[in-house]
Amino acid sequence: MNRQRSSRGWALTALAAVLSLTILVPLYFAVVTALKTPAELAESGFGLPTTWRWDNFATAWTMTDFPSRLVTSAVITVGAVVLTLVTNSMVAYAIERNMHRRWVRLLFYYFIAAMFVPFPIIMLPVVRQTAILGIDNEAGLILLYTVYGLAFNLLLYTSFVRAIPLEIEESAAVDGASRWGIFWRIVFPLLGPMNATVGILTCLWAWNDFLLPLVILTDPGTQTLPLAQYVFQGQFNVNYPVAFASYLMAIAPLVLVYVFAQRWVISGVMRGSQR
Amino acid sequence: MQTTSPGRIDRAYVWMIAPAAILFTAMLTIPLLTGFFYTFTNYAGYGDWRFVGFANYLNLFRDDVVWGSYAFTLLYAVSATILINVIALSLALLLNSAIKAQTFFRGLFFLPNILPVLIVAYIFQYLFTNNLPAIGQALGWEWLSTSLLANENTAWMVIVFVGVWQAVAFSTIVYLAGLQTVPEEVYEAAAIDGASRWEQFRRMTFPLIMPFFTINMVLSFKNSLGVFDQVVALTNGGPGTATQSISFLIFRNGFQGGEYAYQTANGIIYFILVLVISFAQLRFLSSKDTNA
Repeated sequence: MNRQRSSRGWALTALAAVLSLTILVPLYFAVVTALKTPAELAESGFGLPTTWRWDNFATAWTMTDFPSRLVTSAVITVGAVVLTLVTNSMVAYAIERNMHRRWVRLLFYYFIAAMFVPFPIIMLPVVRQTAILGIDNEAGLILLYTVYGLAFNLLLYTSFVRAIPLEIEESAAVDGASRWGIFWRIVFPLLGPMNATVGILTCLWAWNDFLLPLVILTDPGTQTLPLAQYVFQGQFNVNYPVAFASYLMAIAPLVLVYVFAQRWVISGVMRGSQR
Repeated sequence: MQTTSPGRIDRAYVWMIAPAAILFTAMLTIPLLTGFFYTFTNYAGYGDWRFVGFANYLNLFRDDVVWGSYAFTLLYAVSATILINVIALSLALLLNSAIKAQTFFRGLFFLPNILPVLIVAYIFQYLFTNNLPAIGQALGWEWLSTSLLANENTAWMVIVFVGVWQAVAFSTIVYLAGLQTVPEEVYEAAAIDGASRWEQFRRMTFPLIMPFFTINMVLSFKNSLGVFDQVVALTNGGPGTATQSISFLIFRNGFQGGEYAYQTANGIIYFILVLVISFAQLRFLSSKDTNA
């Protein structure tokens, strides 16, 4: 029985290994392509490069002005994550503790209804409005991610807030803590696991998003990493290895973080779906 | 007790909610309402405008390009949702079974979700334009010897393939989370009953993870309806207008075609479609939920 079980285990492992090729082969292709010359790429297909052209990365680095693209992406992502964590958890706390009031309940549904409003529907008016308000820039994007994530994050947070016993807050109130003090010093730290989940999901969204930066960022000097890949397509078409080097540099920062924080990221996403 | 007293609300709570409520209204509700207002005008996004009544809506129904984008988007969303969920559920079952290096494989299969859709689609765009036709020619397979992306009957399949490749990662993790809520005893009881693996899955496991199936179906369908990045990177709406999704059409003609009012009206129709489908889906799936 045990032996049968372990051979079954090995067979399934082999199956998983074969299936993982669907992910590894495109990535392998991206890496070898980034290291070839255009002439070599045309004839070698999936093969390894004969000479490793590391220059492609240097070319892509200066061509797309990689450092400033990286800074733009990082500023927007960090800004969106911080502002989302602070504001969305606070709103969820205040709403959940006052759900017995009719207007608070109505407000809750007002926020949740946003889940049914896909961005393309309001895209044209929003773009006009951000231009008029002068926030067609990184700051505007940070605000938009914070607002558009609110509906989903509220659902994640409120069930978690409900599970925090009122007694803890009451005893703090008896000790003279204000409502703000209670939130920052007691509730917010207790929300830790859900903060991690919301932070991970917001980070992945803001970092990888293409449509919002495409329509909101009007200054050509500010492009996020994905947006830069789009903007440089015309120049990339004459030199694919440089394009692939640029793609790899754009995905590298988050992939590196993921390699080290993989368990934490996956358990965070799982927690979000088990709420 | 202060927190649940029916009396006046603690002012601090109001200050916690007010900024978000104002921002939410400014960034979401007001654009939705002003957009709706402009759908009754001939506004191009700049310059003068006048009221045109329901002309935009009536024209939408007579516009073949618009019909084409709805047909493509629905075809994409339905096929992608089915494929995503079938593959993700099978993969989750595999990753939840007694395989070696479980953590490693979970990490690997989630990797596509870490990558930007646009860049993934650019990589596949090259593969489908250059490498696959080369393989097709070498093997003498007629259907693969030219780019599938250049053929208006097959281009949509490539977009589905790339969309599914990416979206399976997230759905798999959601199913895995569901499978972990199934207690070990359920399997033991089933094993004693002598139920086959398929029966075990159908009668025990699947009903228990039904809520996760619901979440995944609703989320993947909603996300698929918004397909945009893949279209930009793989076909740019082509060949011709064969793969213009609704979001892509609103973007392209709304910004570059001076069709602000017209494409916003398109957005309103799209909104109604999303609402109807979401509610139908939730009703259908939640009725299954309680029957199970």
